[in-house]
Amino acid sequence: MSATETAPAGTAAADPGERELTYLGAFNEAMFQLMRQDEDIFVAGEDVGVQGGVFGSFKGLAEEFGDRRCVDTPIAEQAIVGLGIGAAVAGLRPVVDLMFMDFVMVAMDQIANQAAKLKYMFGGKAELPLTITTNGGAGLSAAAQHSQSLEAMLCHVPGLKVVMPSSPYDLKGLMVACVRDNNPTIIVKNKRMFGSTGPVPEELYEIPLGVANVVREGADITVVAYGRMVEESAKAAKRLSEEQGIECEIVDPRTVQPLDTETIVASAKKTNRIVVVHEAVRFGGLGAEIAAQVQEEAFDYLDAPVGRIAAPFSPIPFSPGLEGHYVPNAKRISAGILETLGRPVPGA
Amino acid sequence: MEPSLETLRDLHRRMLRIRLFEEAAGRLFEGNKMPGFLHLYVGQEAVASGVCVAMREDDQVSSTHRGHGHLVAKGGDLSKMMAELMGKADGYCNGKGGSMHICDLDLNMLGANGIVGGGAPIAVGAGFANKYRGNDTVSVAFFGDGSTNIGAFHEATNMAAALQLPVLFVCENNEYGEYTPRHKVMAINDVVDRAAGYGIPGVIVDGMDAIAVYEAAMEGLARARAGDGPTFIEAKTYRYYNHHGVQTLGMKYRTDEEVEEWKKKDCIEAFEKRVTEAGLITADELASTRADIQAEVDAAVEFGENSPMPDVSTLLTDVYTEMA
Repeated sequence: MSATETAPAGTAAADPGERELTYLGAFNEAMFQLMRQDEDIFVAGEDVGVQGGVFGSFKGLAEEFGDRRCVDTPIAEQAIVGLGIGAAVAGLRPVVDLMFMDFVMVAMDQIANQAAKLKYMFGGKAELPLTITTNGGAGLSAAAQHSQSLEAMLCHVPGLKVVMPSSPYDLKGLMVACVRDNNPTIIVKNKRMFGSTGPVPEELYEIPLGVANVVREGADITVVAYGRMVEESAKAAKRLSEEQGIECEIVDPRTVQPLDTETIVASAKKTNRIVVVHEAVRFGGLGAEIAAQVQEEAFDYLDAPVGRIAAPFSPIPFSPGLEGHYVPNAKRISAGILETLGRPVPGA
Repeated sequence: MEPSLETLRDLHRRMLRIRLFEEAAGRLFEGNKMPGFLHLYVGQEAVASGVCVAMREDDQVSSTHRGHGHLVAKGGDLSKMMAELMGKADGYCNGKGGSMHICDLDLNMLGANGIVGGGAPIAVGAGFANKYRGNDTVSVAFFGDGSTNIGAFHEATNMAAALQLPVLFVCENNEYGEYTPRHKVMAINDVVDRAAGYGIPGVIVDGMDAIAVYEAAMEGLARARAGDGPTFIEAKTYRYYNHHGVQTLGMKYRTDEEVEEWKKKDCIEAFEKRVTEAGLITADELASTRADIQAEVDAAVEFGENSPMPDVSTLLTDVYTEMA
């Protein structure tokens, strides 16, 4: 079944409504509803069967859909992604899971050299409705091989779409869009947000890929953040508003490939100052790309250099005593915002 | 099962189509009419032909960087192939793929592959889709001896075995991974020894004998169709040309004598001798088939030469499928 041909129910983004779900619950509900709707959708990966995934993302699916559609695979990331590619080329709509975003690196040949390029290499003749789900983000003492945010590497590869949901509502709607998309998509859940709650409509709805969300409006400075950094930025914005009357405009691109540069630039032109926040290391990160694009499109509007608030250039440490200083938080985001505004930074 | 006369004709025709296509491609490459890399399949024709004659049209193939032979054997259009190798607009991939990414999804040929070992996981995925749909279609992974040393191959084969997927693994052991002899990079003499480690049956077949390959493939395909999982075939074969390009002799990594020894076992010559001596096909018929195919190849070269370069406006198309 093709999403474009059948226009399944719940294509328009719905009003968030009253019902609350966790971030993980929203993902799980999307999987149930998608799999009920389309027999061509299956999930494959490590422990995704009766165990329901190590984090519970796929909980209950095997009971309803059986091991034909919830496939426990060997711990073999290249073959997991390859399974998805071959099945997608053969007409199915696979969801394959890589337990941690760090493991994307194990499967990078299949992702970057195969999935991303098949359509182009084949002169447009291949369709690849493949969704790769994974879990990123630091802050759980999971150390250097289970905490990374590697979206910059992925969005550097033409042919991939890279999705970084920042709320339960977005996660469900973006997951639906990923699965219905006829391109290889990678959707990255943030591990520290699994238990976060928020309103989520019961029906199936889709949030289009490549459309940013202005999470908070403000006139003084634009804060571009995605994934869990939206939540931290919102905390910083609230405090700056209450304590100093500074009004931040938070733009969540939701997908980093494609990137909604238009919305980011429009906001920068309005506020004249902009910072980018991400969990990934600063060097070569999305912040660098966004800064470059903003200066290309809105140079004359800027009253300060584009600020970048990101992780330092080191592997992710294990000890909470170190990791607490590694991942950006509301305090560091506030400091970065004040710096870009040319205001005094407390404690600096 | 003794192959029918029709099967014999088919084997001969496919081998010859590969040989004459590849030789024409080699001449164009030498004449600087073909950009990029050229990995010729000449010498190994019995493998692709034997397997593809045994296959059904709906069975899928994943291929290698030496993939022209697999597409020709699957019934590829020589004109579109030649145009693609020349980087022309009318090629199979509109000039975007070239030799290493040539494919025809309508023929269920899922593409040559520039990454050693990269195709096997994709064949396993296609096999998964076949089983998922409950049909009896089989996917075939062609790969070289060298690719069995790479992790992706191991992962894919193990997964196919564990999930009992309808996949036929066909190893074309041509004794060299690029410019390094096989014995330097693996501590076993028969690649098929690896099959036991996956818990799947493995057979060695003379890769210069199209009939032997055909018979082994028939068995492996039947097993997969019956739901009994993958089979591993090791076809012992040889490539006449260099890893890349058109040189055959005077190389450091292999002796000229070795090349000449293998050429004495040439799959097409041996086949023609066998069928004429058995009185199955006349020499006249074989010659007439050759003339027909040569004409087809000549027309393909002309088609490729006359095809325009791709329009620059296509540079950025086909990166993504546009979603409504």
